[in-house]
Amino acid sequence: MSTEHLTEMIIFALLFLLVSGMGFVAARWRRPETMDSLDEWGLGGRNFGSWITWFLIGGDLYTAYTFVAVPALVFGAGAAGFYAVPYTIVVYPLVFLVLIRLWSVSHVHGFVTPADFVRARFGSPTLALAVAVTGIVATMPYIALQLVGIEAVLKAMGVHGHLPIIIAFGILAAYTYQSGLRAPALIAFVKDVLIYLVIIVAVLYIPSKLGGWGNIFDSAQAKFEKTPAPSDGVLLDGTNQLNYAMLALGSALALFLYPHSITGVLASKNRDVIKRNMSALPAYSFVLGLIALLGFMAIAAGVTPVTTDGKPDTNTVVPLLFDQMFPSWFTGVAYAAVGIGALVPAAIMSIAAANLFTRNIYKEYIRRDATEKQEATVSKLVSLVVKVGAVACILLLDPEFSIDLQLIGGVIILQTLPAVALGLVTRWFHRGALVAGWAAGLLTGLWMLYQIPNPAKGKEHFGGSAYKLSELGLDTKMTVYVGVLALTVNLVVAVAGTFVCRAAKLADGPDATRPDDYTADEGDPKVKEMELSGST
Amino acid sequence: MTSNSDRPPPKTPRSDRSPWNWLLIVPVVIPLLTFLFNRDTPRVAGFPAFYWMQFLFIPLGVACTVIVYRMTRKRG
Repeated sequence: MSTEHLTEMIIFALLFLLVSGMGFVAARWRRPETMDSLDEWGLGGRNFGSWITWFLIGGDLYTAYTFVAVPALVFGAGAAGFYAVPYTIVVYPLVFLVLIRLWSVSHVHGFVTPADFVRARFGSPTLALAVAVTGIVATMPYIALQLVGIEAVLKAMGVHGHLPIIIAFGILAAYTYQSGLRAPALIAFVKDVLIYLVIIVAVLYIPSKLGGWGNIFDSAQAKFEKTPAPSDGVLLDGTNQLNYAMLALGSALALFLYPHSITGVLASKNRDVIKRNMSALPAYSFVLGLIALLGFMAIAAGVTPVTTDGKPDTNTVVPLLFDQMFPSWFTGVAYAAVGIGALVPAAIMSIAAANLFTRNIYKEYIRRDATEKQEATVSKLVSLVVKVGAVACILLLDPEFSIDLQLIGGVIILQTLPAVALGLVTRWFHRGALVAGWAAGLLTGLWMLYQIPNPAKGKEHFGGSAYKLSELGLDTKMTVYVGVLALTVNLVVAVAGTFVCRAAKLADGPDATRPDDYTADEGDPKVKEMELSGST
Repeated sequence: MTSNSDRPPPKTPRSDRSPWNWLLIVPVVIPLLTFLFNRDTPRVAGFPAFYWMQFLFIPLGVACTVIVYRMTRKRG
């Protein structure tokens, strides 16, 4: 540790402690009568208005890892890394009509997780278990990646080793345990204010020091022309255009299947809050696009990534760019923005994973008569376990491996789309066919990911998510996102399987929901009924 | 889970159907058509077309979702 970064470290530590204090105080924010129920601890009382929801969902979807990894991708590959922008543009109109149905049916029946919904809609504990386990498995590496985000910042400050991460996560675990979803909801305000401030300053100030935007793009193009890889550059080439579009679409479809995004949606107080947010959330896409371009600025500024264990860590390019460009006190603010940006989603994700375990494994298979208080207690404890697991992922595994797991996570969470998203629109599918489709999609996805090498990183398997269509015998150099191909297999099996199950007259589960449950809103007698009936 | 049988059906069945919903297709499809914007020129303030055009799709998406929200809002 050197004194060279002392100012940065002091500012970083002060802001970090400030939000930790807020995390503990959050338990008393909007005064719940008791924190001993999942509705209070896990969903913040299901009563968040437009503003809080905007910060909460935004804080949840645009994570520290996004802020670090997206520009790192642009730094390394150019235009292909910019897919994050169309991805976050298409997602909101895509889920607009579906999420309001999820909100309504969840409020009528008291659902806390997507697997709760699947359980009731298809009358199948097996399918619900599949959805719950997929959700937990996909979320764990995502939390671990938030640590990668903090680590990148610490590395740039010259702090190596894992102790600071363990301390940061210890504090996070303590206030999430106490305050539940209220903690990240409150901290999200600070996170966003800092991020917006840093980005606005960065995009106004840095280009002026680098000779303007034109020069930034030109120097990036000059760098990519010298590399042997054909598909990098400031523009896409013929081989990766389809992949760009499919990756954007596939990631968008996956986004609201992640249990933590659904947590944010269910915590809002009525349907209008969700609809308004679907049109207001794209404000973050603007910031994300500007952040992505920091990758090009890093090229123009001649940033060389920090090398750890002989490998250059491109995740450090944005922190290093800040260090190089800003006065040290403002670099400290920028680093705090990334660090706090890791805490908000990590807290929401661990709450969502804990709720899945409690509702769909503990209550379904271990203790059917669990009271609300027992549910809340189990969720609190599991949220701790999940965070310990995430820290272990970073300590015991190569962080590179966590990135692989996240890649796999995106592909496998997509396999819950037919049951969760299509289930909200139609009850046509047979429960057996949905389980078969889920399994087929998972296997195909994992098999394809296993086949993809990454020569640049010296990896033979899990080297990326772009599958060469030539592997399927097509005469083309084009690549396409594995998630979309696996989902196609899933859907084909689910449709064919439904016809087979019907023909074989296999028993289907009962549907516990009614058509009008899907349009219920705040103030409806049915929605009240759920609150009065309490534990279901 | 609440049982179905003991609830009376609502007086007027509600629906989320509206012709305005079709407008949501526009911001979903256009950002995925890479051939529309995968070009360098014309540059705006130094940004190649690839970048400024995709930034422009953000207000397009906002406009479409806002219109659908306003036009389908329940009154009263």
